[in-house]
Amino acid sequence: MVQSLGLLKETPSQTAGPYVHIGCVPNFSGIEGVYPEDLGRGMVNARTRGERITVTGRVIDGTGTPLRDVLVEIWQADAMGLYNSPMETRGQADPEFTGWGRCPGDMTSGEFRFETIKPGAVPYPDGRIQAPHITFWIVARGINIGLHTRMYFPDEEAANAADPLLSRIEHKIRVPTLIAKSSGGGAYVFDIHLQGDNETIFLDI
Amino acid sequence: MPESIRNDQSPAGANFPRDRSWHPPAFTPWYKTSVPRSPKQALISLDGTVSEITGPVFGHNMLGELDNDLVRNFAKPGESPIGQRIIVHGRVLDENGRGVAGALVEFWQANAGGRYRHKKETYLAPLDPNFGGCGRTITAEDGFYSFRTIKPGPYPWPNGVNDWRPAHIHFSVFGHSFSQRLITQMYFEGDPLIWQCPIVKTIPSREAIESLIAPLDMANTIPMDARAYKFDIVLRGRRSTLFENRMEGN
Ligand SMILES: [Fe+3]
Repeated sequence: MVQSLGLLKETPSQTAGPYVHIGCVPNFSGIEGVYPEDLGRGMVNARTRGERITVTGRVIDGTGTPLRDVLVEIWQADAMGLYNSPMETRGQADPEFTGWGRCPGDMTSGEFRFETIKPGAVPYPDGRIQAPHITFWIVARGINIGLHTRMYFPDEEAANAADPLLSRIEHKIRVPTLIAKSSGGGAYVFDIHLQGDNETIFLDI
Repeated sequence: MPESIRNDQSPAGANFPRDRSWHPPAFTPWYKTSVPRSPKQALISLDGTVSEITGPVFGHNMLGELDNDLVRNFAKPGESPIGQRIIVHGRVLDENGRGVAGALVEFWQANAGGRYRHKKETYLAPLDPNFGGCGRTITAEDGFYSFRTIKPGPYPWPNGVNDWRPAHIHFSVFGHSFSQRLITQMYFEGDPLIWQCPIVKTIPSREAIESLIAPLDMANTIPMDARAYKFDIVLRGRRSTLFENRMEGN
C-alpha cells in the first residue's frame, strides 16, 4: 500500500431538465416577486468600456430543431482582455463589466441574445495570444452534462489563424463551427449545432 | 521569476481534468431526449487557460432575506406551503477537500405533490399557491450552505410509458472557475424510485449515484419543526502551480 492522495470525486452532473428556468431565471418562467430580476441579464451599462456588440443564436438538435428549453451562459474578458474575477491575477478588469451573462432560449423560437462588448485578447499559458473569444456553456433537458464551447469573431482572421486552440484542431473543416457570422453593425450570430454535419466543436476544459 | 517557493496554495492553476467516466455520457438512449441532443464527435481537450480558470463572483449583498427559505419566499403573509418541512444543508468542497467560499448555489424543485410552477408543466397534480420552488444562497468561508424548503414529491414524466422521477432538488453551482460550473440533482435517502429512474441511470456507477443521495440527518433536525438532509457538493479541484513552464514576462 501507499499513502492515499485523499482526493474527493467531483459530484456527478445531472441534466438541468425542462424547468431549469425556475431556478436560474424564475422571472422569465413566470415566478415573479421572489428575486428582483433574473441574474445575468445585464452585462453592460452606460459606463462600460469597449465596443458594443450583440450575440444572438440558437442551439439546434440533430433533427434541425432549435431547443426551446435551453439555458445559455457566457463568460468573457473585458475590452482590455481582463476577466472580472477574483481569479484574475493580471490586473483590474473594468468594474462596469460583469463578463458573465445568462439567457434562456426563447420558448417559441429558441433564440438567445446577449448585449455585451467585444472582448480583448487574452494570453495562453505559454505566452502566446488567444484570439478574442467568448466562452459558452449550454444546459438543457436531454443534455446530461453542460457543454462548453467558444465563439470566435469572423473579423479577426489573423488572430484566429494564430490562436493556440483553433490552430491545433485536426479537422480544419470543423473550425468554422466556432466562428460567429457577422450581420453588420456589431451584430453577431452564433448558432450551436449539437449534432450533424455542422456539429459545433465542444471542449473538454 | 520565482523569488522563492511558497508553501501556500497558488490561485492560478488549472482544474483537474474532469473524469468523464464518472459523469453521465452524452448519449443515453434510455433517456430519450438525449438522443438528438448528444454531440457525436469527440470533445476537444483544452487545459484551462485564464478564460477557464477565472469565473464570475457573486456578493452576499445580492441576496434577499428569504432567498434560502422556500417555505416563505413565495407564500402569502401568514400562510405556508403544504408538505414536509425540511432543511437541506452541506458544504461545497473541491476535490482537494477544501471548502469553496462565496459559491453561488441555486436550487429549484417541484412542490409536495410533484408539480412544478412552470408554463410548460402539464402534470395534473395541483399547484400550491404558497410555493414558488426556487431559492439561492452563497456559501460561507468554509463552503457551508443551507436552505429551508418542503420535501418535493415524485412525478411522472413522458419518456417510457410509466417513468417517474424520484423526489429530487435541482442544484446549479458556481465555483471560482467557470470550468467548475455544475448542474446536478439531489435525491433523498430511502427513495425506491431512485434505482428505477432513467435520468439517474445515465450515471454509470452505483458509487457515483450514491454521491447524489442525501442522508437523513437527525442530529441537525429541528425538533417539532423540520427534518434535515445533508448534501455535500464537490467541484473540480485545482492544480497547484508548483513548477509551471511559463515564459518570462507573463
Ligand atoms: Fe425535476
